[in-house]
Amino acid sequence: MIGFSLLCRLNVSAQTKQDSLPQTTGISLFKPIGQPEPSEYHPRGLHIDEINLVSSYYWQNGDHSAVTGGIGTEKVTDISNGLDLKMVWGDPKVKQNSLTVGIGFDHHTSASAAYVNLSGASNTGGSRIYPSIDWTTENIKRGSSFGIGAYYSGEYNYQSLGADVHFSQKTADKNGEFTAKVQAYFDQVKMIYPSEFIPQSTSTVVTSASGTGEGHKANIPSSPRNTYSASLGYSQVINSRMQVMFLVDGVAQNGYLGLPFHRVYFNTGKDTIEHLPSSRFKLPVGVRLNYFLGDNIILRSYYRYYRDSWGVKSNTVGLETAIKLTPFFSISPFYRYYDQTAAKYFAPYEAHSPTDEYYTSNYEYAQFHANFYGVGFRVAPPKGVFGWQNLHDLELRYGHYSQTTDLVSNVVSLSLGFK
Amino acid sequence: MMSVSSCVHLKEYQKNRINDAEMALGNRKVEKNELNFQSYREAASGANAGKTGGGCGCN
Repeated sequence: MIGFSLLCRLNVSAQTKQDSLPQTTGISLFKPIGQPEPSEYHPRGLHIDEINLVSSYYWQNGDHSAVTGGIGTEKVTDISNGLDLKMVWGDPKVKQNSLTVGIGFDHHTSASAAYVNLSGASNTGGSRIYPSIDWTTENIKRGSSFGIGAYYSGEYNYQSLGADVHFSQKTADKNGEFTAKVQAYFDQVKMIYPSEFIPQSTSTVVTSASGTGEGHKANIPSSPRNTYSASLGYSQVINSRMQVMFLVDGVAQNGYLGLPFHRVYFNTGKDTIEHLPSSRFKLPVGVRLNYFLGDNIILRSYYRYYRDSWGVKSNTVGLETAIKLTPFFSISPFYRYYDQTAAKYFAPYEAHSPTDEYYTSNYEYAQFHANFYGVGFRVAPPKGVFGWQNLHDLELRYGHYSQTTDLVSNVVSLSLGFK
Repeated sequence: MMSVSSCVHLKEYQKNRINDAEMALGNRKVEKNELNFQSYREAASGANAGKTGGGCGCN
């Protein structure tokens, strides 16, 4: 793992340089361990504030793949690793800057991807890499912050470039905070079609959605997909045990919004490629409310209402209870309910008419409800996890997800936080 | 926002419970990939300080 390797190098460096690192200026990799904080705050040089590593393994099964027109296996496995490194500088009592750089890497296998080629011989594996960077400056006295971020995501059939600008302002009494963010993604969808739609005269036949199969060096044309979003939030401390947050996003998308290797079978028995409108507007509204019950229990709740211009309406409810067995160890069972109506353009296998203007058999747009439940564990002892001072906290979480479309999945995640 | 006017104004030293790491209102890092797979399998997304669309092969 890249993350572990980097962390080990940084820690070795921090320990060997501990006695010689300057306290107030210059570049340091880690705050020396076990030394008292200075009684007066001064501007500090660039130093690493925290490192977070998140790894997950996901596996699913179902019988409604969009590649095969709403029938067929949806077996997927995905392993993902993400590393964030946050560096800060400035005076933590007056004005502080932070620079967060991240890198993520996923590798998945998708059984249905084999059927991009009708023969079932297409490659089923694929990888994605997604670096990111964010700079934020925070005026501690004014309670405000401003920042910009940029990100890239690259996989064989999809490339994305994104950027955001974000701002926050606390209320005068520091018990409320307003946040705003505008974001844009500029994506490119590679036009990889099912094998039966590629003209026989084409010199290079590309029938793999994952990149390492046949024809992967061909120059495949792409179509753009752009996404613009504006997000507003307001959080408020209600009393010493309760706080609430309101969230709203406005999201506009345009361009090629389907995927070119998703088949649709008409009621005539003939197949074609899914065809969706070239624009979509989404409006989700959410609220979170957290409550500290007694001395050992934290209740976390979430509700979201969503609707979009394709006719989907949805409700999401999340409930989680963190039970502190000790001040530094907690167990958190959680439950999430989700429902949605079908998009106007969805119909199952062999249900669309050839006269329909738009059509898809992707069950992401079907009517269904879903349950997601599981449990998480969090350990954050003051002397570090497993006695390792730099390992500030460890979280392990497992969840089981099931849809009424018969899709079931499981996900297990591990998060390590280093300071 | 209706309840804001009836809020108690807490001093920093009164926020020991509010400032507990598990009282944070945002998504926790360990949830990141859960939100990711949900955005692939469900039509709705957003209003959770996470993805709102774009950036990957999902909508």
